[in-house]
Amino acid sequence: MGKFFGVILVLITLVSAYPIVTHKFVQPVDISTHGHAIDEQLADTMAEAGLAFVGAQLLLAFFVWKFSNRKDGSKVVHLPGGAKLMVATAFIFIGTEVLALGVLGQKAWADVYFTAPKPDAMQIQAQAGQFAFYFRYPGADGRFGPLHPDKIDEGNQNYFGLDPANDVEARDDIVTAELTIPINREIHLLLHAKDVGHSFYVRELRLQQDFVPGLDLSLHFTATKTGKYEIVCTQLCGLGHYNMKAYLNVLAQDEFDKWLKDRAAEQ
Amino acid sequence: MEDAAVQPVQVHAPPEGFIRKFVFSLDHKMIGKQYYGLALMAVFMGMVLSWFMRFHLVWPDAKIPGLGAIAPTGAPGGVITPEYYLSLLTMHGTLMVFFVLTNAPFAGFGNYFLPIQIGAEDMAFPRFNMMSFWTTLVAFIVLVSAFFIPDGPPISGWTAYAPLSAVGKDAGPGLGWGQNLWAMSIALFCVGQLLGSLNFIATTLDLRAKGMTLMRMPICTWAWFITSCIGLLAFAVLLPACLLLLLDRMAGTSFFIPSGLVVSDRLQNHAGGSPLLWQHLFWFFGHPEVYIAILPAVGIVSHVLITSMRKPLLSAKVMIYSMMSIGFLSWMVWGHHMFVSGMNPFSSLLFSFPTLTITIPATIITLIWLGSLFGANIQINSASLFALGFVSMFVSGGVSGFFLAQPSIDIYLHATYFVVGHFHMVMGVAAIFGILSGTYFWFPKMSGRMMNETLGQIHFWITFVGTYCIFMPFHYLGLVGNVRRYSSFVDDFMAPLMPVHKFISIAAFITGAAQLIFLYNLIHSRFRGKIAPENPWNATSLEWSIPSPPPWNNFGDKHPVVFHDPYQYGVKGSKGDFVMQDSPEQVVGGWDK
Amino acid sequence: MRATAGYVVGIAALAACAVIVHAGPSGGTVSGKVTYEGTPAKQKPIDMSKEPSCAKQHPTPITSETVVTGPSNALDNVVVYVSAGAPDESAPGQAAKFEQKGCQYIPHVLAFQVNQTLEISNADQTSHNIHPLPKVNREWNKSQPPGSAPIDEKYDKPEFIPVKCNIHPWMHGNFAVLKNSHYAVTEGEGGFSLADLPPGKYTITAWHESYGDQSQDVTISGNETKTVNFVFKAKPY
Repeated sequence: MGKFFGVILVLITLVSAYPIVTHKFVQPVDISTHGHAIDEQLADTMAEAGLAFVGAQLLLAFFVWKFSNRKDGSKVVHLPGGAKLMVATAFIFIGTEVLALGVLGQKAWADVYFTAPKPDAMQIQAQAGQFAFYFRYPGADGRFGPLHPDKIDEGNQNYFGLDPANDVEARDDIVTAELTIPINREIHLLLHAKDVGHSFYVRELRLQQDFVPGLDLSLHFTATKTGKYEIVCTQLCGLGHYNMKAYLNVLAQDEFDKWLKDRAAEQ
Repeated sequence: MEDAAVQPVQVHAPPEGFIRKFVFSLDHKMIGKQYYGLALMAVFMGMVLSWFMRFHLVWPDAKIPGLGAIAPTGAPGGVITPEYYLSLLTMHGTLMVFFVLTNAPFAGFGNYFLPIQIGAEDMAFPRFNMMSFWTTLVAFIVLVSAFFIPDGPPISGWTAYAPLSAVGKDAGPGLGWGQNLWAMSIALFCVGQLLGSLNFIATTLDLRAKGMTLMRMPICTWAWFITSCIGLLAFAVLLPACLLLLLDRMAGTSFFIPSGLVVSDRLQNHAGGSPLLWQHLFWFFGHPEVYIAILPAVGIVSHVLITSMRKPLLSAKVMIYSMMSIGFLSWMVWGHHMFVSGMNPFSSLLFSFPTLTITIPATIITLIWLGSLFGANIQINSASLFALGFVSMFVSGGVSGFFLAQPSIDIYLHATYFVVGHFHMVMGVAAIFGILSGTYFWFPKMSGRMMNETLGQIHFWITFVGTYCIFMPFHYLGLVGNVRRYSSFVDDFMAPLMPVHKFISIAAFITGAAQLIFLYNLIHSRFRGKIAPENPWNATSLEWSIPSPPPWNNFGDKHPVVFHDPYQYGVKGSKGDFVMQDSPEQVVGGWDK
Repeated sequence: MRATAGYVVGIAALAACAVIVHAGPSGGTVSGKVTYEGTPAKQKPIDMSKEPSCAKQHPTPITSETVVTGPSNALDNVVVYVSAGAPDESAPGQAAKFEQKGCQYIPHVLAFQVNQTLEISNADQTSHNIHPLPKVNREWNKSQPPGSAPIDEKYDKPEFIPVKCNIHPWMHGNFAVLKNSHYAVTEGEGGFSLADLPPGKYTITAWHESYGDQSQDVTISGNETKTVNFVFKAKPY
């Protein structure tokens, strides 16, 4: 049975590693400017974790194969080097590796969180509420009208609680159900939660950020490829969480301008 | 304290009558079995819930026969609604993390064997012990009662993030009284655990037999002791957190709810609270909790491996200090559950360093096991197979932690199936393997009968291969960005992944069914198993020096005296290949004093 | 002979009266039109892109329906009903049907009686979660997966109840739970007709979800038709 354990474990290890080594399950194409650092970090970690995984499992399989139910009468012995060798290995190899990952990984994090958006980044507000995302563009005056939660009226499609009757800045705000942006333009996305916690996740943008009720959070990013991508909610927000999504459309600048004009006309 | 002569703290009379023997028992052994039985019930319930979940994910429109009658609102006509899926998910997590993984390896086996392994007659506070079990049982009943109320069980996950869990039923079905019952149940559970932890700590420090220095305690005793220290502090934080949640829900306070929230067209009458406060409180408990779930299994597996290998570990001291380091570091890492939560991103970096650092003691532990296997003579049986399987699972579950410990990678992998794969491998498989290894190992001692070895090995092989088939693919799904806690997969990018989900679900049903072999083995062996000798595994620790099952006061009228550590296997110059801990046989040229 | 003929004529006359009493209209009718003045708020098109299976059912997007108008300033979806003067009636046997189709509630305003069975069905490929928001009746909230059986409910108190779908925020509708069978919901040209009203004094109320309600009193003495018109003031926002 010990030998069988060894064999099965080797098979499990090889079968587990196969889809990774053959790149069968990979992230979608990266359309962001900061994502390559994350992808590199992920690839480095995969190599190191993969080696640790394969190495440890094969070692376990081999030792169980060789050192179980021995009938040869040999005495039990300790590994030369003993515990000291194990501790040293752990500190040297794992310690170096994890610190390297930790130190190197800072840059990818910093690119997303420690840089401020450029002053001319396009501001768009995203609101997450059970169970849809809505987006608001500030319109010609470049300013967002204030939000009045008591004025939210979804039947009338006033999802944000705008009061154009009294708030001048709200009159030209453009509310849409899709996040459409121009390519190669930095976007400063302001995140507003209407009711409970939600999260903004676009795989291709390599971005994920929770919407927290009561907190003013934001993200900034630049999309480098046109196309249609999915924004999905990743923070459990109630029964419709599975169906909470919106599309991110990245368009050429002139197509975006036309789209925004059409939406403005509908308001 | 180290060499205190034994003065029994509690001298209690033998239990009389059915109620005192089997119901309100003060005997740590009966209480341990009661905890184990509760965990067994909880694990089968949790597993059945997961079957419904896996079935629904692959066949969402299916009408499940019988379910419509049990849950007419949650599953009308047998079709699981989105909220019912989330309630299955919430109850699955809550039952498994609290009532299985905290109960069985720690409260179950710990209660039974800690006093015996240190040579004591019972726990320091038998009445506290009884209260701790009964509080836990009441907590279980309160939790399960949520299935039977009109509004249904809670749907906010075992993590119950605010404000979803705090604003009340406006946020949706299942967030009415179901959530209240959840919070009450967990609060009661905390009380039970606090009582239990106090007991373990006091017993370990004060009731050790003569010669039983701290460093001569078996590794699993150390694991229970360290776990109870962690538990005392961790549950002490979760308890007030649950009370604050109940106050927000029932008394109009706003600890976790800011102003201006419009939930289901209704402006909520709250102001000033912070949703992140709940997350900090919860994870400050929640991260140490996962070490509470795994450390006893680490201890049990070490204990079983040593006996099975017929040699000690390369160093028991290093193992013990590594467990202590994990316990210490576990307090510093809670923010790694919150990297993208909106907390200060600089904090995320701060939390990632201790998280990465925990890899070191975890690696030391793994290398000690692996290194100790070299030159061993492993006796293969169900107990040792599950212990070896644990080592494999600990590695698999641990390496995915490398990814999640880094905030930059967590941006992509947070809230995907990668995380679900990671914690299921370490908790849902590894910790369970620890419990199963302990069960096969200690069943003879607890019941006086042997379990059926053939059935045990069949159980192992199906479970070992099956759990890899279930949980390894979770990581692949996560790498593609498969989001978690979705009751159905309707997004465009999910369509190509459905065959993987089908494979997982089928593997889950087969592996789940194999657990019935274990259940049958457990019950059948209890009544018809071969009679067990006192020491069927030729093991050294004190539990193997007393009859199977032990008498009510463990050691009879004798006070055991201990002469060395419990790792004297394959010692040069010993008679046979092991020396029991209470044997005065001189150990010449031993491994590790 | 003359006496017998007299009896025959008398009985025939009685029979004729009975026939006249039971056949033909037995009471008066209140009818009229509901219109608006002013400029109603713009009804914006609904972007259903988050639910592709519904979005493709509307090649031209539908608009929100909080103010639906018809030709010549007709105001639709107004519930016109007898709010006083008529006795309460027990509910009719057949169900009032509310359908979820194309991620839209059909009809937008459903009027039915106290204790009448309300039957809600889901014709879409997505789950809906129907959540009426009453103030006096019992509140409930139920999910309806695609292809599942209709939901049957009833309300035991009269009330105007807004209805929303928790999963699709643009889906809004209304239930008008009424005490008697004298009601109509305007559509098209905004006309309504409440028939079979026995002689008496009645209060006729018109209710619109955005513009509130108005009432007028009317007296019916026989089989006449009385005209009652309602004019609502529209608001631009």
